[in-house]
Amino acid sequence: MLAPALSPTLAWTIYLSFLGALASLFAGNKRPQAARVIALLTALAGLAISISAVVQYRPGEVLTVARLPWIPQLGIEYHLAADGISLVLVLLTGIAATAGILFSWNIEHRTAEFFAFYLALIGGVYGVFLSFDLLLLFVFYEIAIIPKYFLIAIWGSSPRLGQKGHAGTLREYAAMKLALYSFAGSGLVLAGIIAAWVVGGQTMSLQALAHTSFSAHFQMGVFPLVFVGFAVLAGMWPFHTWAPGGHAAAPTGASMLLAGVVMKLGAYGCLRVAMMLFPRGLDPWGIHLLGLGSWRDVFALLGLIGIVYGASIALVQRDFKLVIGYSSVSHMGFALLGLMTLNQIGLDGAVFQMFSHGIIAGLLFAVVGRMVYDRTHTRDLNELAPMHLARAIPFAAVVFIFAAMASIGLPGSSGFIAEFQILIGVWRSLPQMAAVAGFGIVVGIAFTWRALTKAFFSSGPANAAEDPLAPITWPERLGAFLLLATTLAVGLYPRILTDLILPSLDSPLFEGLRTGAWR
Amino acid sequence: MTGIGYLELLRLTLPEIAVALAALLAITLDILLAKHATRKIRIHAAVFVGCAGCAAAIFLAHNSPAISLTDGMLVFTPLTTLVQTSLLALSILTLLLCDSIRFTDHIGEYLGLILIATVAMMFLVGTQNLLLIFISLEFLSLSLYLLTGFDKRRRQSAEAALKYFLFGGMSAGFLLFGISLLYGVSNSLDLRILATAAGAPNLDPLMLIAIVMVAIGFGFKVAAAPFHFWAPDAYQGAPTTTAAFIASSSKVAGFFVFVQVVTIGLAGAAGTPAFKPGWAPILILLSALSMLVGNLAAIAQSSLRRLLAYSAVGHTGYMLIGIVAHTPQSLAALLYYVLTYALAALGAFAVLQALDTEGVDTLASLAGLSRRAPGLAFCLLLFLLSLTGIPPLSGFFAKFFLFASALNTGDNFALLWLVLLAIAMSVVSLYYYLRVLKQAFVAPPPEGSAPSETPPLTLATIWTIAGLVVILGCAPNLLLGWIDRAVALSLHP
Amino acid sequence: MSAVASGAFPWLSLITALPLAGALAVLLLSRWHPSRARDLAVTVAAAALVLAAIIWHRFDSNSLGMQFQELHGWAPSLGVSYRLGIDGLGILMLMLTAIVVLMSFAASWANSKQGPVYFALVLLLEAGLFGTFTALNFVHWFLFWELSLIPAFFLVRLWGGKKSAQASTQFFLYTMVGSVALLLAFLAIFLAVGSFDFIALTSFAQAGQLSATLARHFGPGGAKLLFWAAFFGFAVKTPVVPFHTWLPATYAEAPSETTMLLTGAMSKMGIYGLLRILLPIFPEQMHRALTLLLWLAIASIVLPAFAAWAQTDLKRTFAYSSINHLGYCVLGVCAVSKLTGADTNLATEKAAALTGVLLQAFSHALTAAALFWFLALLERRSGGIRGLNDFGGLRKAVPVFTGLMGIAIFCSLGLPGLSGFPGEFLILKGVFPLAPWAGSLSLLGLLVTAVFLLNAIQRVFWGPLNGRWAAMPDLTTAELLMLAPALALMLILGLYPQLIAGPVHATVMQWAGQVRF
Repeated sequence: MLAPALSPTLAWTIYLSFLGALASLFAGNKRPQAARVIALLTALAGLAISISAVVQYRPGEVLTVARLPWIPQLGIEYHLAADGISLVLVLLTGIAATAGILFSWNIEHRTAEFFAFYLALIGGVYGVFLSFDLLLLFVFYEIAIIPKYFLIAIWGSSPRLGQKGHAGTLREYAAMKLALYSFAGSGLVLAGIIAAWVVGGQTMSLQALAHTSFSAHFQMGVFPLVFVGFAVLAGMWPFHTWAPGGHAAAPTGASMLLAGVVMKLGAYGCLRVAMMLFPRGLDPWGIHLLGLGSWRDVFALLGLIGIVYGASIALVQRDFKLVIGYSSVSHMGFALLGLMTLNQIGLDGAVFQMFSHGIIAGLLFAVVGRMVYDRTHTRDLNELAPMHLARAIPFAAVVFIFAAMASIGLPGSSGFIAEFQILIGVWRSLPQMAAVAGFGIVVGIAFTWRALTKAFFSSGPANAAEDPLAPITWPERLGAFLLLATTLAVGLYPRILTDLILPSLDSPLFEGLRTGAWR
Repeated sequence: MTGIGYLELLRLTLPEIAVALAALLAITLDILLAKHATRKIRIHAAVFVGCAGCAAAIFLAHNSPAISLTDGMLVFTPLTTLVQTSLLALSILTLLLCDSIRFTDHIGEYLGLILIATVAMMFLVGTQNLLLIFISLEFLSLSLYLLTGFDKRRRQSAEAALKYFLFGGMSAGFLLFGISLLYGVSNSLDLRILATAAGAPNLDPLMLIAIVMVAIGFGFKVAAAPFHFWAPDAYQGAPTTTAAFIASSSKVAGFFVFVQVVTIGLAGAAGTPAFKPGWAPILILLSALSMLVGNLAAIAQSSLRRLLAYSAVGHTGYMLIGIVAHTPQSLAALLYYVLTYALAALGAFAVLQALDTEGVDTLASLAGLSRRAPGLAFCLLLFLLSLTGIPPLSGFFAKFFLFASALNTGDNFALLWLVLLAIAMSVVSLYYYLRVLKQAFVAPPPEGSAPSETPPLTLATIWTIAGLVVILGCAPNLLLGWIDRAVALSLHP
Repeated sequence: MSAVASGAFPWLSLITALPLAGALAVLLLSRWHPSRARDLAVTVAAAALVLAAIIWHRFDSNSLGMQFQELHGWAPSLGVSYRLGIDGLGILMLMLTAIVVLMSFAASWANSKQGPVYFALVLLLEAGLFGTFTALNFVHWFLFWELSLIPAFFLVRLWGGKKSAQASTQFFLYTMVGSVALLLAFLAIFLAVGSFDFIALTSFAQAGQLSATLARHFGPGGAKLLFWAAFFGFAVKTPVVPFHTWLPATYAEAPSETTMLLTGAMSKMGIYGLLRILLPIFPEQMHRALTLLLWLAIASIVLPAFAAWAQTDLKRTFAYSSINHLGYCVLGVCAVSKLTGADTNLATEKAAALTGVLLQAFSHALTAAALFWFLALLERRSGGIRGLNDFGGLRKAVPVFTGLMGIAIFCSLGLPGLSGFPGEFLILKGVFPLAPWAGSLSLLGLLVTAVFLLNAIQRVFWGPLNGRWAAMPDLTTAELLMLAPALALMLILGLYPQLIAGPVHATVMQWAGQVRF
């Protein structure tokens, strides 16, 4: 085994984010532009660091970033490290954060505080992906909850069309729901990790715990606890109800980050904590209930339901933002299904889908929120149709076409590679679910195309004498190009990511997952 | 232990004497200055004297030998030193807050009473003798009743004090009854001698009654449900600084003495959570009830102080888990929890004090705080999030240590359900704390409100407390290490 | 099998990249010189034709196996490689695509409504088609297969008629469903066999191992299921009755210039898929399902013919006629999968049928494109009116137009001497011995086709002159010059089909060998 490389710069993604949050708060107090610039520079710095880390990474190794004793008597360390999977998600965070800030350039109300909360959220997210100590991971996971609440409560909009009530109250409700669900999920996780700590010899080190053999009985009990706790944040059906409303209520930059990256925290936790540490929890129970014989069957089924349910609800939505919100539930269902295939290609597909959907969700929310809603002040597809947006803001139409293509998994986009790998994984391990997954893809194509054509290319009568819509600003263009370039690059040259993910799945950390009875 | 000379006794109790002297000095100085000096100078002088006295006491406390006097009357271990130091520090912070009080002109008396209460607490935590415990407890309680009723401008203050007094008196009666039963069983007032009697294999029914009585008495002190009914009214009616004092120092002292009595005196009568009779099942019940009542009632509150009072009840519930687990690790966790809780609660009340909200007690009064007083709003955010248990603030680690130690009892996760209940109630607490923060950060400020002026000393105190909350959250080992060492040295003499 | 790589020069990558780059260039140019953009587009299409001709010229008619091969790793861990190559089928498709696109541009020349974006989309479509016809790795192929849908969708939607919204969405979704089925099938195959490579899969199947391997992984019904899924994907595209319902509406609503592309080039994707993928990889399954497949083919020949007869919209008439013509190709492909043992005669018949399929495909591309071109010209002169009964006696008003369109229609009919004849003849010649009843039934289609086409001629061009169109302008010189090459090709190929049959001969023989069972 190679000596673990040391790369302290990666930790600066976290530190810079928090420092940037403070700087933005103070410097931007009376000058909003200062806050924006600071935020953008911070995000770009984080992106640069993550790209350089990816480029220098030697496949398969675990890159130690920082390792200091923190609370030695409890076996808790300040241990930051990254393997290929972490780097993929750190890269995603860098890209999504930069794009999110670009698309939030037009925030005028309490700008400094907005970017402060935003950067704090980003810092927390970086922290989760880089933590190799279980408690540290949990700490960063919880740090991310509070900024989410405020971002939605202060700068959001009403979560649903035509809902009776004051807009302020409604978005506060959506924000509170999101915060409480996240906190409840993390509560479950806390119970699980304390249990692991107690039984595992009072250590919180991921590496040590990965090599501890907990009893099968113990794992069978702790695994669902931790998995469900994380899966709540990943939007697994039926714990997904916070997601569509929450994303719809959030301001554009926040929903890009929420749907794009924060939901991936949950999926990452499912993989890194639940599956890596307690793989025996996926073993067959020995009995069958309603055709399900193990937690793996249960969660695979829930993922499958999420795919079809999310897509079907999106198909009948009138609210453009809710279409995207439900599509996130559907796509995350794919990721969860991929996780449950428990073979290399399926898991690779799942991580790939996390990255891919992060970018795609960012694109979709950017168009729907920033480009369309901020100009037309409506999210109702029926109201948007007569506006003939393809003529009014062609840039938005083109970007949405690309985003839609990526979302439906058209080859050439990252979505295709992700779905394709997950489907192979499904064929290998859960063949009876393949047809339903395919049906889910078809429904996904249907709702995406419906939204696209209705919002942009409607052929009905036009609205008479509408004020011309504001032109597309340069931050919007930059953000769109960044995201589009990413999804195209990864879609046409998937090795960028698979070379990171696959060797990491072969590392000793995932030993337990590889040697299951179901291989 | 043989008798000890008065001079020797005096030397050993120097810290308490220092504080008592400071109290007297403060009162005297105030009387002398009353005619000539302005109010501001009088306050500053009194606060200075009080703080100096407490600081001196801290210094003196660290120079005491480890010794235990007759019948456990006075005990000096690293643990008691730790707790006394913490109490003195909290008192200093409370005194600094009192710099901006406006509800009374009897400054010297008010501050003197606080100092006297501090003396009472120092004795309370420094003894392992049941009688001295009771005396100190009463001493403390009387001071607190007076402090509660000190605001003569408001009827609520008097009402609160009366309720507090009636409740307190009743529970003191229970406590005394329980103590006398314990004396009857063991023929001694020393906790350690009591332990040998209590450790008998079959629990004497009289013993059980005694345990229940003691539980009631202390349960009242720490505001555990169903003995918590005084708390909302006291927190709401009392002047802000008094409420701060009750919420912080008094809680610490109360818990510490509860722990002492139960784990030293009644060790062996613990029983198991599986309802072998003993004090553990009783405390489990109190804990569960406190968590439920405290958190669920807090949801419905529209008064800020009552919300904090009910949340205090909830926190008592969490802390009782630490006693139930009764391992050295859980005791350390409990101490950490109560100290950091005291800091956060003190901070929350400090913010209220800075906003000069005597008599104005609705959540809506906080509207738009982040625009009117951004610094205060930020500190309030820190304090409330620490109370919720959000990292990287000290409250998170307190909860984590407590839950971890509760599950680490080697008893095959016997307390699992209690911990799960605690986690669930924490989620509930997020809801009502966020409601407060929502007012502060999200709601727009009322029309025509100007940024408020905060007295600089109060502001400095608040920032100090906030800094401590964050530092102890990021580097919990600073406090935990100290506590661990103290616990280790004290429990294995 | 020898692979003739032309000095390792990436001809096929070049021909695919050329229209792609051209599309981008047209879009960029349209910002500053909109008028020049269209010229650029036509130039690019012409260059593509030249390239196709060069490749045709360098193509070795006698060698078996894929030529102009290019192979690069793309995502090896996923079994995806960048693999290109063409044989007789491929070069034919390349050629006809290049021709049809140029024809379509010529038809759009005078249509000012179709700006640079339209031309860019067509070029994008051309790139997609070139990519589809040259790719030899499933994922690579699937990328272009799906990609070509996008420009097609927008071409129909944005420049189409009143109901284009509905038609385009139906077209898009229908095809997508088929694509998803294809994808699932091939992912399953990848899982079982471990390869996405068409050549590898073909030899695997020829060695008789594919069914066994699939059965091992997916149970006895597995191979059959996957075959039907793949068939469904191609059946939607070709289309095969009953999966054809998207076609008439789409062809009718799209502007005629676009319909030329749809019918001339895109429809060949389905036939290509059947020949390149379905037949070589699933011969056993095709054989087992022979009767059903033949019935579907017959349905695709006969029913659309009757439907065409019943139409009053000329565009729809020709749309159904298109399905009918491609039905012959489907018939030929399906018939050759019949088990014939060692009967060498029947092997020859199979070769004949396959040659016929290719000839018919090429001819249909020319003819159908030409027919819709004429329709476009007619619509321009009539102001959009194109009903069967709206005209009459046009031969008096526009004699040259009548004459030339007549040639195209007769070619479509299958008149000997024109390019439509050799293909149909060879197909029927091959099919009759293999499946006599199918052959006989298909004659019915031939008959009905003749009926409705002649009917159309009669209604539109003969009879008393409809006063409305008395002043209709005849073909201009420019139009004449543009139409001439296409019509000339129809004549030449009718008289000398060896021009096409020659290059594809080796490929056909190889296929005949493959289906010799």
